[in-house]
Amino acid sequence: MTTSPGPLARVNDFVVKFANVNGSGSASANGLFARSILRMGVPVAARNIFPSNIQGLPTWYEVRIVEAGWRGRRGGVDFMVAMNPQTWDKDVAEIESGGYLFHDSTRPLPPSKFREDVTALGLPLTAICNAQYSDVRQRQLFKNVIYLGALSALFGIDPTEIERLLAEQYRGKEALQDSNRKALALGREHALASFDCPLGLRVERRDRVGNRIFIDGNSAAALGAVYGGATVAAWYPITPSSSLAESFASWCRKFRAEPATGRRRYAIVQAEDELASIGMVIGAAWNGARAFTATSGPGISLMQEFLGLAYFAEIPAVLFDVQRGSPSTGMPTRTQQADLLSCAYASHGDTRHVLLFPEDPRECFELGALAFDLADRLQTPVFVMLDLDIGMQDWLCEPLAWDDHHRMDRGKVMSAQELDAGRDFGRYLDVDGDGIPWRTWPGTHPSKGSYFTRGTTKDRYARYTEEGPAYVDNMQRLLRKFDTARMLLPRPDIADAAQPTSAGVIWFGSTGAAMAESLAELERQGIHLDRMRIRAFPFHDSVAEFIAAHEHLFVVEQNRDAQLKMLLVNECGIDPARLTSVLHFDGTPITERMITREIAERARLFVPGRGYQRTEIRKVS
Amino acid sequence: MTYLAKPKLHHPGLPKNALGYTRRDYEGAISTLCAGCGHDSISAAIIQAFFELDIAPHRVAKLSGIGCSSKTPTYFLGNSHGFNSVHGRMPSVLTGAALANRDLIYLGVSGDGDSASIGLGQFAHVLRRGVNMVYIVENNGVYGLTKGQFSATADRGSRSKRGAVNNDEPIDLVLLALALGATFVARGFSGDKTQLVPLIKAAVAHRGAAFIDVISPCVAFNNHPGSTKSYDYVREHNDAVNRLDFMPEREPIGVEYPEGGTRDVVLHDGGLLRLRKLDPDYDPSDKVRAMSFLEAHRARGEVVTGLLYLRPDSDDMHAALQTVDTPLNALSDSDLVPGNAALAGVNASLR
Repeated sequence: MTTSPGPLARVNDFVVKFANVNGSGSASANGLFARSILRMGVPVAARNIFPSNIQGLPTWYEVRIVEAGWRGRRGGVDFMVAMNPQTWDKDVAEIESGGYLFHDSTRPLPPSKFREDVTALGLPLTAICNAQYSDVRQRQLFKNVIYLGALSALFGIDPTEIERLLAEQYRGKEALQDSNRKALALGREHALASFDCPLGLRVERRDRVGNRIFIDGNSAAALGAVYGGATVAAWYPITPSSSLAESFASWCRKFRAEPATGRRRYAIVQAEDELASIGMVIGAAWNGARAFTATSGPGISLMQEFLGLAYFAEIPAVLFDVQRGSPSTGMPTRTQQADLLSCAYASHGDTRHVLLFPEDPRECFELGALAFDLADRLQTPVFVMLDLDIGMQDWLCEPLAWDDHHRMDRGKVMSAQELDAGRDFGRYLDVDGDGIPWRTWPGTHPSKGSYFTRGTTKDRYARYTEEGPAYVDNMQRLLRKFDTARMLLPRPDIADAAQPTSAGVIWFGSTGAAMAESLAELERQGIHLDRMRIRAFPFHDSVAEFIAAHEHLFVVEQNRDAQLKMLLVNECGIDPARLTSVLHFDGTPITERMITREIAERARLFVPGRGYQRTEIRKVS
Repeated sequence: MTYLAKPKLHHPGLPKNALGYTRRDYEGAISTLCAGCGHDSISAAIIQAFFELDIAPHRVAKLSGIGCSSKTPTYFLGNSHGFNSVHGRMPSVLTGAALANRDLIYLGVSGDGDSASIGLGQFAHVLRRGVNMVYIVENNGVYGLTKGQFSATADRGSRSKRGAVNNDEPIDLVLLALALGATFVARGFSGDKTQLVPLIKAAVAHRGAAFIDVISPCVAFNNHPGSTKSYDYVREHNDAVNRLDFMPEREPIGVEYPEGGTRDVVLHDGGLLRLRKLDPDYDPSDKVRAMSFLEAHRARGEVVTGLLYLRPDSDDMHAALQTVDTPLNALSDSDLVPGNAALAGVNASLR
């Protein structure tokens, strides 16, 4: 073994990882740990890493304490809370040299189970619990709170912040508050008596959180659907999207009860499968309600036929796709950005769809609401592309805000008055030149404006036809509509590097969290990149312009096949050789270290005006 | 019979209903189905029923899946919005439409391939959800548009036009509908309009999931000896359990009714359903007996028609979901959007 660098010592800048057993009640204690640090004014980036299981399999919770406010994963672990014997060896191996290993020392372990370059901090948690509690369930649950107490002493976390959080969590349940407070104090006392507290890794109070909020993307997107005016939700349970539909239900209970009667200004149906979910959404949207479904990759696969119908019959529909490890059942509880192609070109035949890419929960709220205006305006399905990392993890975000002057844009819906005034109604007639026709809702007028909606070919007046020219006319109009969409969608976020450069980097979605930090690190290393975050598909013209303005670009994404790159090459006519992919797809969220390493390695091989100085680029896995 | 253009002129003396509509106002485009198709008779029965019910055509939404039967909504209620969706998925589209606007009348038209094979799952779930609708299956036992393959309702041992024998057990959609919780279950025969029109009218008046299985012979592929869904077979084996008279509330009650063996049921809209029983043993309010009655007659090779089950106190999906009276598609920004002030509370709870 090389010489130990000595125990790590850093303030407000380290990574703590909790290794637990699923179903042991650790999630609550771990969440309190993260939030108590936020209450001390120090930003955290926290992530649950959990199995597709309810009880028994390993689960981890990673908390990055980061005064600088980065929201991505750094990579590596400085302090391991090793509560799961099943994963002990792997957990111990993961600790950075100089790091710490906190564990239950009730049963002695052989020295071979430890590392010389890692400081072991053992507390007999089981023995402490067994002495204090007789009930088996209490022994388990309070063990979590006891280690939380111990950690608060070790890191110098103010215990009153945890107590306040407990008081908020168990409001009205004084007995529970009290027993949790006692367990917390017990853990603190044991740690203070056993170790030299606080450690070199410690938390110090700052004012770096401000009024930011800690929220997961699924509940933010669901709130976006409430603000977007959605009244019908149809869904089928699937990880990692289920909590989006469930959050919608709880937001609606809060905000959508009719004051006089308590009755609901919304309808939520848990359908029999994803086919029925999207069918209901299409039926409701056809009939003038704002409707959505929430699903993940396998659900998107099942919805393909209906998505073609919605595209071709021009029905507004909103889909939240919370992407997970794929293909097939894949890794249901791991994250990926691998549904781009299956959504962008969903269904058989020539189809194209609108995609939105939120980068964090706040944008899930904003784009979640906007999706309904876009769907109505464009009369087509709109996909909001979350992933598990955004959807199911709590992120520190700017507070949510809403413009009270905003009114729902219901798009081109012809009223009975307009029909009576003699306006020509042809369901698929492009009267405005933007490719978007007018529609009527069922029941509008006794004798005008009714039409037959169908997946078969039709003419401009919605009459069935198999005539080639009528078919081509309609398909060309749909392309014009897609061009209109290009201009209506959120534009990319484009920014220049600190110094002029011919190189650039492109990314979308949750990758942004690690990307922001990586760009700062690369800049520190003298690698300057102009940057573009894609926010929507079809791409705005500025996307192709940005690419054209750079000699060489990196495309960073979280899938194996470089799906964003494929879309860029395909839709913008880009020479693929100009785009170098940085791909991460092992199911964990991409880290700053990975991006920095991969880009730095390649960027050094690149000479402006002459391209790469080595033809063979190592493939990243 | 598509080459015959439909005349647009109406005879000025055509009888009008209470809303001033003539029967022609309930018609649609001319049928493109084969001459003599049972489905066209069902379309005619639908036209007659809605005309007699005095329902404004545009207050009806007609939805279908894929197949010959699913094409028929083009041929009736031309002033209604229609939605010819995807194969076997009409129920979900209809459910969504019903969620969006509870004030319209929803008519789902499907076939035996559409509902008993590819769409069996959606058929089941739309009934158990109690969606307020009339769900008609035009049941001919074959796939017509793809030229005569057996469907899942074809009887075991029946022969196709090409001579193939069906070896699989048939699915009886009526029995299934009873088991799945439909609150109005009936079977009709496209060749018996006298029975079918009142059945459709009663189903429209019913609140909840109303299902009508209509045996509808396919003249092209399933009207030959050896078929159990031919005109001749059904006429010979039809066992009607009752005849209905349906009287909307506003009509005076007490016109001509046969003595004895009648039973009156008041429906949700105040309309009265008078059942003239043909089989004295048959009680349409007893679901368990209805199921055994159907099975016993099926074993004898008899096709039982009539109103087979009715739950007068039924309710629908909107009642279960406790939605507001205003259709969801008519709610405004102020009803739906909580506003920026509400976000302050949300933000505060997330710190």
